[in-house]
Amino acid sequence: MRDVAIIGVGMIPFGRRDEDTLMDMLAYASLKALDDAGLGDKSVDAVYVGNMGAGVLANQSAIASSLVDRLSLLPAAAETVENGPASGGSAVKNGLLAVASGYYDYVLVVGGEKMRDVTGWRATDFIATMTHPEAEYPYGITLPGMAGMFTRLYMEKYGVTREHLLAISIKNQEMGGLNPYAHVEMALDREGIYESPHAVVNNPVSADPLHLYDLCPVSDGAAALVLCPLDMAKKMTKPPIHIAGFGQATDTHALQERDDPTDLKAVSLASQQAYEMAKLKPSDIHVAELHDAFTILEIAESEHVGFFKKGEGGKAAVAGETRLGGKIPINLSGGLKARGHPVGATGVAQVVDIVFQLRHELPKDRQVKKAQNGLTVNFGGFGNNVLAFVLRRVEQ
Amino acid sequence: MPIDMELEVVLRPKQYPMVPYPSKVITLANGKKLVVRQAAREDVPVILKSVHPCLFIERDYYDVVSARLYGELLAWYRYRVKSEYCLIGQVEGYLVGIVNGRMENEKVGMSYHTLAIDRGLRIGSHLFAAKMEYHMEYLEQDSVLIVAESPIGFRRWMIEYPLEETNIPHELGGGDSYRLTREIYFAAKPRLVVGDRPVPQELLDEAVAEIKFADEDTIRERIAGLKGR
Repeated sequence: MRDVAIIGVGMIPFGRRDEDTLMDMLAYASLKALDDAGLGDKSVDAVYVGNMGAGVLANQSAIASSLVDRLSLLPAAAETVENGPASGGSAVKNGLLAVASGYYDYVLVVGGEKMRDVTGWRATDFIATMTHPEAEYPYGITLPGMAGMFTRLYMEKYGVTREHLLAISIKNQEMGGLNPYAHVEMALDREGIYESPHAVVNNPVSADPLHLYDLCPVSDGAAALVLCPLDMAKKMTKPPIHIAGFGQATDTHALQERDDPTDLKAVSLASQQAYEMAKLKPSDIHVAELHDAFTILEIAESEHVGFFKKGEGGKAAVAGETRLGGKIPINLSGGLKARGHPVGATGVAQVVDIVFQLRHELPKDRQVKKAQNGLTVNFGGFGNNVLAFVLRRVEQ
Repeated sequence: MPIDMELEVVLRPKQYPMVPYPSKVITLANGKKLVVRQAAREDVPVILKSVHPCLFIERDYYDVVSARLYGELLAWYRYRVKSEYCLIGQVEGYLVGIVNGRMENEKVGMSYHTLAIDRGLRIGSHLFAAKMEYHMEYLEQDSVLIVAESPIGFRRWMIEYPLEETNIPHELGGGDSYRLTREIYFAAKPRLVVGDRPVPQELLDEAVAEIKFADEDTIRERIAGLKGR
């Protein structure tokens, strides 16, 4: 197996992009990544597109086939990868394996989703289709509903409090305000969303005990990256970012079938696999992008990937240990909470944001100094299909 | 414009007595203070400058809502609507939202429009709530007739309160009419109606001193999303 590097990245601002189709967004992000890679006359051998819902939300299928034609990349191989909210991460994994195997040299990986063309109710229902078709969906479960129940259990078992959740939402929206690609660029104020009696309107309960600002927005967006063998990447002008490790694990589809629903086994397993492949430990990671579709998930994942002991993630967030300058900065992009969560794009966007960090390209208010190693966790379903990547900066 | 005052007396509608809406202040999610207060008829020309750029924004039916609001405020300014009022929201003096309505008669209110110029802060919700508060608690009416022209309005008013359907036609025409009753209002009030009184004098002075308005590009950008805050 060959070592694989990321040589180009591209992203478009997430948000509500009424003026763009899904194909427009995928094309814009792809062109930015291809331009960033500086491939010149070379074309890519294959294209992998992470997308969850084009067939449902945009009435379009076979989007990878459409994209290669749109980008004049014919006759490159093209495939769409659907794996729920982990579609982006799965697309990265497929691209990685294709290059690592030696079959392809240059691969474009794109993730995108167009979710704002439908009502919030429709989008919520669409996301809920990933739940168990007999045990969960028919009873009206939604992902916010699941997250609310998960939060309640986590509170009871590990002492997580509203204070801990607030620390995540305030941090991530503050970082989103610094990220030009973020959907939500508005910093939150503790008084306005919690202390003031007016918070009952500003930040209403969405799925008890979660409130509006504990949830990520529904977003449009796309992100892309270009992969090639590491030895070829070393000849490029920008520092190549080595995908030093990856892992993927699954868990039961229905939450009720887990021995302990608060135990995100797939997150633990996927991250352990990624660490082992990269020959690194959690303490070697300098910056991470975790899948905070709900604030509780940043706390729980920060524990399951080994940054903190169980029950310590929330306290660490309150203590500022996950902020820039802290022990392990998490979601300096704003995370899903503020950058947004166009589901098929998220897994790719997380990797792109870590590439920005490891290339040391960000302004100092978001850049982790001398960052060498980064981690991403892309969380599919409610933790039933999880991908983790460890990225490493390679000095030229 | 020359006005024939003899005829004007005939054309100007008789007004119901309306107690003033007492100003209040609301802390927003970003910590800024939203002052909600009643606009005077003389404020209309300035308010219309903020409404004007919205006429050309299709998103979320801003064009329809602002075109109608523009006409309603202009008609109020020129004494062509009976018992209309306008409440405005200001942050640091800047106009961030407008609501208006009128008294159909002493017992029934007619809700007109809600226009949030700054978005993502539930300003529309706060101002609509202030409008309902005015009808119920200060004008002491029995019900308010309401229609929605955008999906956001439908979600915020019809579902969140929730309003009841009625066969009584709303003067804006359009979709089905809904009604806020005193019972619905007071049941929803703890969830949806907030604000502190009196407004600290410095905040009120800042709001009254000048109704500031953002330039047209800024207004368009704010309405198109959360960018640029």
